[in-house]
Amino acid sequence: MSIDLSLIWAAIIGFGVIMYVLMDGFDLGLGILFPFAPDEESRDVMMNSVAPVWDGNETWLVLGGAGLLGAFPLVYSVFLPALYIGVFLMLAGLIFRGISFEFRFKSKKNRRWWNRAFCWGSAIATFAQGAVVGAYIQGFAVEDFRYVGGALDWLTPFTILTGLGLMAGYALLGSTWLILKSEGHVQQWAYRITPKLLLAVLVVFGIVSLWTPLVSPEVRDRWMNQIHLIWFFPILAMVCAGALYRAVKRQQEGLPFVATLGLFIFTYLGLIASKWPVIVPPNYTIWDAASAPESQLFLLVGVLFVIPIVLAYTAWTYWVFRGKVKVGEGYH
Amino acid sequence: MELDPLLLSRLQFAFVVSFHAIFPVFTIGLASYIALLHGLFYKTENPAWDRLALFWTKVFAVVFGMGVVSGIVMSFQFGTNWSNFAYATSNFLGPVLSYEVVTAFFLEAAFLGVLLFGRNKVPEGVHLFAAIMVAVGTFISSFWILSANSWMQTPAGFELIDGRFHITSWMEALFNPSFWYRFVHMGMASFLTGGFVVAGVSAWFLLRKRDVEANKKALSMCLWLLLILAPAQAVVGDFHGLNTLEHQPTKVAAMEGNWETQTNVPLLLFAIPDQESQTNHFEIGIPNLASLILTHRADGEVPGLNAVPVEEQPPVAIVFWSFRVMVGIGLLMIAVALVGLLLRRKGRVYENRLFLKTLTVMIISPFLAVLGGWIVTESGRAPWLVYGVMTHAEGLTPSLTGGMALFTLIGYIAVYSVVFLTGIYYLTRVVRNGMHEEQIEVEGEVERPKRPLSAAHTPFDDDLEGANA
Repeated sequence: MSIDLSLIWAAIIGFGVIMYVLMDGFDLGLGILFPFAPDEESRDVMMNSVAPVWDGNETWLVLGGAGLLGAFPLVYSVFLPALYIGVFLMLAGLIFRGISFEFRFKSKKNRRWWNRAFCWGSAIATFAQGAVVGAYIQGFAVEDFRYVGGALDWLTPFTILTGLGLMAGYALLGSTWLILKSEGHVQQWAYRITPKLLLAVLVVFGIVSLWTPLVSPEVRDRWMNQIHLIWFFPILAMVCAGALYRAVKRQQEGLPFVATLGLFIFTYLGLIASKWPVIVPPNYTIWDAASAPESQLFLLVGVLFVIPIVLAYTAWTYWVFRGKVKVGEGYH
Repeated sequence: MELDPLLLSRLQFAFVVSFHAIFPVFTIGLASYIALLHGLFYKTENPAWDRLALFWTKVFAVVFGMGVVSGIVMSFQFGTNWSNFAYATSNFLGPVLSYEVVTAFFLEAAFLGVLLFGRNKVPEGVHLFAAIMVAVGTFISSFWILSANSWMQTPAGFELIDGRFHITSWMEALFNPSFWYRFVHMGMASFLTGGFVVAGVSAWFLLRKRDVEANKKALSMCLWLLLILAPAQAVVGDFHGLNTLEHQPTKVAAMEGNWETQTNVPLLLFAIPDQESQTNHFEIGIPNLASLILTHRADGEVPGLNAVPVEEQPPVAIVFWSFRVMVGIGLLMIAVALVGLLLRRKGRVYENRLFLKTLTVMIISPFLAVLGGWIVTESGRAPWLVYGVMTHAEGLTPSLTGGMALFTLIGYIAVYSVVFLTGIYYLTRVVRNGMHEEQIEVEGEVERPKRPLSAAHTPFDDDLEGANA
């Protein structure tokens, strides 16, 4: 058979991961920004701007987990044991922030507790996801297709930095989303914090870029000795950062969010270019990690048919809930 | 004592899956009920249906939220604690779980947003469509997950190559020998759960004379449903049992507390199984009845637990008693449904306070029955993870230590305790505020007609002590 199923699946999983990062990124980011919001009214707006769609956003994460099990089981069965404690922290965070969507509006006296649950849940889940990125760059101790390292191997100064970096990144997605969806003093606050968040993201981005070659010699070789075409990704990411800064200064409403999406996409592509085609670093490629071809094919048939439908009705729900979320109005 | 990662992982999975299971089993039934209410309102324009739909959607939103967050945990649990199992079975379970996500989870999530928040943003027909899609999504989801579970109970359509399962026939694997029994049994359990909860809450409202018109309608519908479903479930359960006897005889032996392969087996009503001495104490049974039920002959031969070595026997006492809890509650459900019919004949079904109070107490019963049933089927499979092929010990994550497993076990118990207690607290608030709130709100909404009424999250815990302080 001439079609490389593993290649197609790598593209699909890669698409699923970036969909998750972009979509759940902005609603997790709102949670990170929660304690800094000027008042309780702004928090209502922040929550209402994502209440109808957050559940769908988070479903991409579940697809990522199930899709990996279906297409690249080695990734699933190595990453999860290796990141055992981190995965638990992420899930606990997602649980608390998830229920606070329903419970916060049912509570007045205890609302501050649900504010905390939403904020800490989002922050911890994001940090854990960022640490996963760092751990992926570092690589895993794998022997005979099984993880053999310790419980906290994933937690190093480098992964702490990537964890904090993703927190800044998601917060930036959140603040630019808020610019798009809010007005008045809430929007003005979002305009004020966005440049600071952008600066934080760029600082971490810079440190990680300098540090990564030290953590992983393969990555250094990739960037220094091989095709120089991949340098386009960081350059395009920088262009997006510039566009973002300009759009915020001019108080444009839609462009900041779009530019942040671009910043994320090009950084992500740069990361993939650093590692490709290794999927369980340092040793296993997408072909080593693949499930049986008949399983990949069985799933592919359905996914190619169903994912466009999913994207269509997801886009439709975003369309239904388009427009500004007004103070005091809410969907609740 | 050395901490045992295997035991702790089994406890953890049992805890997480039990906690998770009670939410979907309720939301599957309730989603269909809400869609039906929306449909009835769309057709008749009787506002009573609309009030019911609004009220039950609020309940649904809270329960669904708890189901979603605990479900996310499930999708990672295979990898964290059972990575050898996940890797070995990935060729089957991976595609099945992925299909569940793309065909069901996205559908539920997207249309739930529209159902909860879209009332004034989409036309009424589209809103009804969203309610139907959420209900359809819950069923598609249960199809895939029960196929996966049934395959682990009665694996089919595969060959083993180097310790990994490779699927040779997707039809045989998906529609494995026990799938349909499990699927129908669980589907009916979901409707029974939804039916008993709605009946119980409606009865509670009727006892307090609140929105009598709407709640009479709701109770009446539920009682007809339960009258058909409760006895039918017993029949389906019997077929399921015969199927289990064919494919997992040891599990049935544990359910019956039958140690020896023998004829004329009595149906034990009470016994204390003693696994160490491979016998029962204090047996009280009906002669020949187990043989009659399982083989349809009074002197039929029934396989016993001693047909397999002791280390391949499931924990007999747990299976034996969970089975009795499930069946006992099932019989109680049939009795309640029949009493309902009797009272309806006499025209006293909405007035008999004892019956209404009984229905309120019965809210808890379907959840206990479902948990009992799952414990029977899951514990009864032990020590097998994939029946007859892979044991729990073989499926465990190799790098997992007892300390890690204990840490997360305690963590999940702590997190879920908070979720469950606050969830129950807010659910009782939602119910107590009930449908009156809607009517008051409708009157107060004249000034701000744009504000949707669906999922109205009016704060109402001001007068009460904190749930999570």
